[in-house]
Amino acid sequence: MNLDPSHSKRSFSSVGTRPIRPDGVDKVTGRARYGADFNMPGQLVGRILRSPHAHAMIRKIDTSKAAQLPGVKAVLTAADLPDLTNGDAAMYDILDNCMARKKALYDGHAVAAVAAIDARTAKQALKLIEVEYELLPHVTDVDQAFAPDAPLINDTIFTTGVDPKPDCPSNVSMRSQFGHGDVDAGMAKADFVVERTFKTEQTHQGYIEPHACVASVGSDGTADLWVCTQGHFVYRQHCAQLLGMDASKLRVTSSEIGGGFGGKTHVWAEPVALALSRKAGRPVKLVMTRDEVFRASGPTSATSIDVKIGALRDGTIIAADATLRYSCGPYAGAWAEVGAMTAFACYKLENVRTVGYEVLVNRPKTAAYRAPSAPMAAFAVESAIDELAKKVGMDPVDFRIRNAAQEGTKASYGPVYGPIGIGPTLEAVKNHPHMKAPLGKNQGRGMACGFWFNFGGQTCTDLNIGMDGTVSLAVGTVDVGGSRASLSLVAAEELGIDYSQVRAVIADTSSLGYNDMTDGSRGTFSSSMATISAARNAIKILRERAAQMWDIPVEDVTWEKGHAVAKGETHGNLPKLSLKEIAAAAGTTGGPIAGHSEIVADGAGVSFATHICDIEVDPETGAAKVLRYTVVQDAGKAVHPTYVEGQYQGGAAQGIGWALNEEYIYGKDGRLQNAGFLDYRIPVCSDLPMIDTQILEIPNPNHPYGVRGVGETSIVPPLAAVANAVSNAVGVRMQHIPMSPPRILAALDA
Amino acid sequence: MAGIAVSTKINGDNAEFLCHPDETLLDVLRDRLGLMGVKEGCGTGDCGACSIILDDRLVCSCLVLGAEAEGGRIETVEGMAQGDQLHPLQQKFLEHAALQCGICTPGFLMAAKDLLAKNPDPTEEEIRFGLAGNLCRCTGYDKIVRAVQDAAGVMRGA
Amino acid sequence: MRYIRPSSLEDAVGLLVEASGKAAILAGGSDLLVRMKGGFIEPDLIIDIKAIDALKHMTESEDGFVIGAAVPCAVLGENAALRRAWPGVVEGANLIGSKQVQGRCTIVGNLCNASPAADSVPALVAAGAKALIRGPAGSRIAAVEMVPVGPGKTSLASGEIIEAILLDKRQPRSGDAYQRFTPRTEMDIAVVSAAVNLTLDDQGIVQSARVALGAAAPTVLLVEEAAAVLTGSRVDDGTLNRLAEVCSGACRPIDDKRGTVEFRRKVAGVLAKRVALTAYQRAGQK
Repeated sequence: MNLDPSHSKRSFSSVGTRPIRPDGVDKVTGRARYGADFNMPGQLVGRILRSPHAHAMIRKIDTSKAAQLPGVKAVLTAADLPDLTNGDAAMYDILDNCMARKKALYDGHAVAAVAAIDARTAKQALKLIEVEYELLPHVTDVDQAFAPDAPLINDTIFTTGVDPKPDCPSNVSMRSQFGHGDVDAGMAKADFVVERTFKTEQTHQGYIEPHACVASVGSDGTADLWVCTQGHFVYRQHCAQLLGMDASKLRVTSSEIGGGFGGKTHVWAEPVALALSRKAGRPVKLVMTRDEVFRASGPTSATSIDVKIGALRDGTIIAADATLRYSCGPYAGAWAEVGAMTAFACYKLENVRTVGYEVLVNRPKTAAYRAPSAPMAAFAVESAIDELAKKVGMDPVDFRIRNAAQEGTKASYGPVYGPIGIGPTLEAVKNHPHMKAPLGKNQGRGMACGFWFNFGGQTCTDLNIGMDGTVSLAVGTVDVGGSRASLSLVAAEELGIDYSQVRAVIADTSSLGYNDMTDGSRGTFSSSMATISAARNAIKILRERAAQMWDIPVEDVTWEKGHAVAKGETHGNLPKLSLKEIAAAAGTTGGPIAGHSEIVADGAGVSFATHICDIEVDPETGAAKVLRYTVVQDAGKAVHPTYVEGQYQGGAAQGIGWALNEEYIYGKDGRLQNAGFLDYRIPVCSDLPMIDTQILEIPNPNHPYGVRGVGETSIVPPLAAVANAVSNAVGVRMQHIPMSPPRILAALDA
Repeated sequence: MAGIAVSTKINGDNAEFLCHPDETLLDVLRDRLGLMGVKEGCGTGDCGACSIILDDRLVCSCLVLGAEAEGGRIETVEGMAQGDQLHPLQQKFLEHAALQCGICTPGFLMAAKDLLAKNPDPTEEEIRFGLAGNLCRCTGYDKIVRAVQDAAGVMRGA
Repeated sequence: MRYIRPSSLEDAVGLLVEASGKAAILAGGSDLLVRMKGGFIEPDLIIDIKAIDALKHMTESEDGFVIGAAVPCAVLGENAALRRAWPGVVEGANLIGSKQVQGRCTIVGNLCNASPAADSVPALVAAGAKALIRGPAGSRIAAVEMVPVGPGKTSLASGEIIEAILLDKRQPRSGDAYQRFTPRTEMDIAVVSAAVNLTLDDQGIVQSARVALGAAAPTVLLVEEAAAVLTGSRVDDGTLNRLAEVCSGACRPIDDKRGTVEFRRKVAGVLAKRVALTAYQRAGQK
């Protein structure tokens, strides 16, 4: 669905305004219901027993004492979950991650579960389950796991993507490669080369709401699942498959979601809750503790990245090369592949090569975290770019402008770019007042670019016009940050009515066709496309009804500003018919009026950003303070500018935390030491300054309004922007994220 | 069970409940009294999502036993609006888009209410340190601080 | 499990003595409830001392300050006289936890929890504070630094409760200060900390000093060698550098998820310098 040709001349009446969101009052009054805010009569409390070992054979599980405890209604192990995955390796991994089948693969891996009449009984029951473990050697560090002599986690893993296929299993599940040209020849021509290795530690999405669900399976096999999720259709599909249910018999309702950022696009405990409910014959409420969220949901990859970039004297980058090792947890993944795709995406390169390796480790199964894999690659590349600019003798912004990708550039990962925003964001940064703010002692400024693909995907939308002319918009993309408001604006825009006349709801899985989850920054992009399509379908019908009411041909009816207008000499003087009037007469003209849309939203526009960060370092302690932060990002078209700003600021804040303090700390025993918000340090209000934002709009030619996804790109530049700022402040290149005070102090003292 | 009988006042109304000795006030408010506006983010006082005002002090309800509420006055987010009139903080949070997912919002509203009650004209730094006990993962705090500044002005009659 | 709210200190002591299982004192609860949630303690009896009137007050007299065991740290910060006399003590107390925790936590609870990183303890030790202890045999007074004997362990005998913290009347030309190192600006636990309390003579020379380091050893370190460095000086740069060296050397820290030995040693010295200077400036203003 292409950009409306009138897009640039069009003045929008609803899109681009900043009304209050429809779910807002519920959220400021406590009325909004999240995953743990729902209860069913007779419900049981579900709890999961988890391995305290990083790697161990499960020799025996004796649940008899737990089962006999009064008040315990069901006990579950992998023995209760037959393998119905039918050879689907990815689904098998999900099944095994939900409940360990042979081995405990990380500290926190689920090994058994109970459902009991109350929390204290459930807690007591877990204590009565006896598990016999046989400890195995473990490995939690990505570099150590990559080494050929590392403890082997899965003996069925033979690295794919290498030729010939290896004859020994290893911890490397896949090798991927992207690029074009001849990197070695190009590097030989370079006048300046920077070559460095960078490391980033594992982080977690850090959503404040723990995973929570209520599962209820009836004796006839129909089931209900209330759950906080980014993708209720995906959850339905996965749960149904794992439990051997027809998808149509499982209705999944998404609650309001208290943050996800990718971590709630995978099932963790939901299949277990359903299985417990099926066994007990009663609803089961299962809420993860904060400790469990850190230990047993899906953090990011930890990475180790080698970068080599060469430039000519005139500032042209002549060759770029990167090798990226990403940890994927104890199961095969495709995270390094995405890192390898995004690493050099901002640049126009004659010779480029990226090679990615997926590395298994005894840590929880890696999940998506906002532009997954891109921030780490950007950290490595943008740090090297900064260093190279200095060697060439150019200003870091000018160096990037010179080498930035443009419309027509062949991206390092393959496709040719259409109109894109990297150049404009760089120019905007160059001229931004932030760049002129004076810097004092121990202060440094850094800037960096970032890229994200954005996704489209399967999307369904129903637009129903009520008898009173108000509009119900049912969408299937979970609202994580205000998209109901944006989609209502789009519907209002298309129909030509006021925003207040539209109410958007997130429909459950029984009420709408399949929707891909809210990830890949696709929520507003895809659902707005589907909403526009549904609205235009509804307008067709509205015109037909008006034509009927006037008894004129439908070709003589247009739709303008919320009204049917009769055109032409013969009918031109008929008074306009409002949407309300047509709706009121619907019962006599053919019945309820609606527009539907089931599409694959193609052509999501890639999105670029450039950030600027000022840091002050305390040279005696290594403490770093963020003084100023600016985000410049291309949104294509900002449907609700305030929420777009919010996405920019939120992603930047997560990136700052990742850059400075957040990391998973494992002991030599392979156990996670900081599974809580005290020692897993996300930024607090006093850690951050105001975050300045600038929205650029380079329209996406594949969307009627030019919309591009915005949610993810903002987390891609901060690791590098902060690292470049710290490096400039301390005069030493920082190579290890997070740059916690001891690391900064060590760099200073070195 | 020999539960502990507790009498307290919640959002101005008398409330009585039975609870176990080790049940937290958070558990009681949510599971026994149905006040779901109080959220559990961590259960150990590290995130502030469960913040309430107890006897004019901002506290984490996960760090108070239900039994300790005997004779106390509790305020939760459910008591902030007067009928259909939102409190200025609630209104400004909406206008400034100081919430995205909204799970931290009840806790922030309580913390901001307490802050402004004790310091009606805070500086940006005072707001940031006053709200430092509440974690937000979505907004980066920028719009929250602006909403509190704006609400403070309204409440001062400025 | 039982929960009891005695209305007198005698009753509280009696309950402790009679308790057949594990008994825990509940004041602010910000340590106890966290430990219960984490499964580290399952008390059979919780004794809530907040109904004991005598423990809820802070009083100032000719002899100094008496801070009852049930006084929340927020109240300390709201007391102008205490802030004027002992700003370092107040700094330490007001850094515990968050705003939410401040309305509940107590310095006595902080002391008895005996975490090496306790925020209120170094400044209390530097201030020469004492603990008024009530037990079955009667009352006794002990220097605050004698109370914690190891992480999570105190020297209190069975049946003993700390009734109050006592601070001496402030001498003129005295100042104290406390600083801790945390990676975040708030909501954090000290990686290492330092407190200095000093008194100047009428020439502006340090007449007496006490230096305490936190999170640098299993219990708070009272570093007499550091005090000796300050005594007789005007807290000039040379003195400060020597102070930092001594403090770094006195540390017996560990490597843990919050910091390494090397980092703690280095920063202990840096913080000691900073608080010594602040204490000196505060003393000079009085």
